[in-house]
Amino acid sequence: MRLVLAMVALLLAAPVQAQDTLPPAPYAYRQLDDPALEAKAQALMLTLRCLKCQSQSIADSDAPMAGDMRSQVRQRIAAGEDPEAIRAWLVERYGDYVSYAPRVTALTWPLFAVPAALLALAALLLRKRFGGKANA
Amino acid sequence: MSGGTDRKTVRWALWLPLALFAGFVGLVLIGLLRPADREVASAMIGKPLPPFDLRAAIPDRPGLAHAQFVGGKPRLLNIFASWCIPCAVEAPQLDALARQGVEINGVAIRDRPEDVAAFLARNGNPFARIGADDVSQIQLAIGSSGVPETFVIDAKGTIRYQHIGEIRPDQVPLILEKLKEAEQ
Repeated sequence: MRLVLAMVALLLAAPVQAQDTLPPAPYAYRQLDDPALEAKAQALMLTLRCLKCQSQSIADSDAPMAGDMRSQVRQRIAAGEDPEAIRAWLVERYGDYVSYAPRVTALTWPLFAVPAALLALAALLLRKRFGGKANA
Repeated sequence: MSGGTDRKTVRWALWLPLALFAGFVGLVLIGLLRPADREVASAMIGKPLPPFDLRAAIPDRPGLAHAQFVGGKPRLLNIFASWCIPCAVEAPQLDALARQGVEINGVAIRDRPEDVAAFLARNGNPFARIGADDVSQIQLAIGSSGVPETFVIDAKGTIRYQHIGEIRPDQVPLILEKLKEAEQ
């Protein structure tokens, strides 16, 4: 009997949560009234990384911090701020890591240059092989 | 004679794809075996603490504003929450730092006053001031991505050091050293 009681008590016990109990920030789950502004905010939120759940964008994540970030993004867009200015503000704080939109920098330019160089090389080799024959 | 060198070039070129592949495998192995670094470091080190003004998180400690970090000695800014388990783990270390005369200002993230009070009653209260941040505004402003995190702020109000995760007992000297460095 005591065992059964203990088990019932266990079932009823609130799970230990490493999560807050505050309601979400005002615009975490509420869209902006103006559809054009909401679309702008949505486009930006899809390219910002959730810092708690690092493979999701803040638009995809239910982490409270992602909600707080969405709320801040929507409020700043509603206040007339440019999406790229908000992105720059976050990059200033978290580095490039927070943004999913790749930038060309002193560190990343080879990522953009190498494929172009390989394509050019391939075109050159192919022209040598096939272009020559057509001429002959 | 020239035929010999040609053959040598060909032989060398024959191994090139294999060497490239081995290099690629090496890169993948390094990526797989190196312990993953999931911490997001703040890019705000060396920059001034952004302006903020937070209401008090509990009745018996004042709230927190950026102006309170200017003047006197370097201080700690500890980001915590009552719902954060590692925050309870680092509580004795914060107490030890406070006993050594370090001023620790806290920010409670997404927390209720009664929960913060219960947490401090359970784990001790090393804080001079505690601000309540209900929408992670401070975290976003200073480039913090979780709880607990501890920042060393020098007397000019500049962010000097970020400690990610709980302060473990063997890390107390490190924090003291960073505070000392921030005096210069």
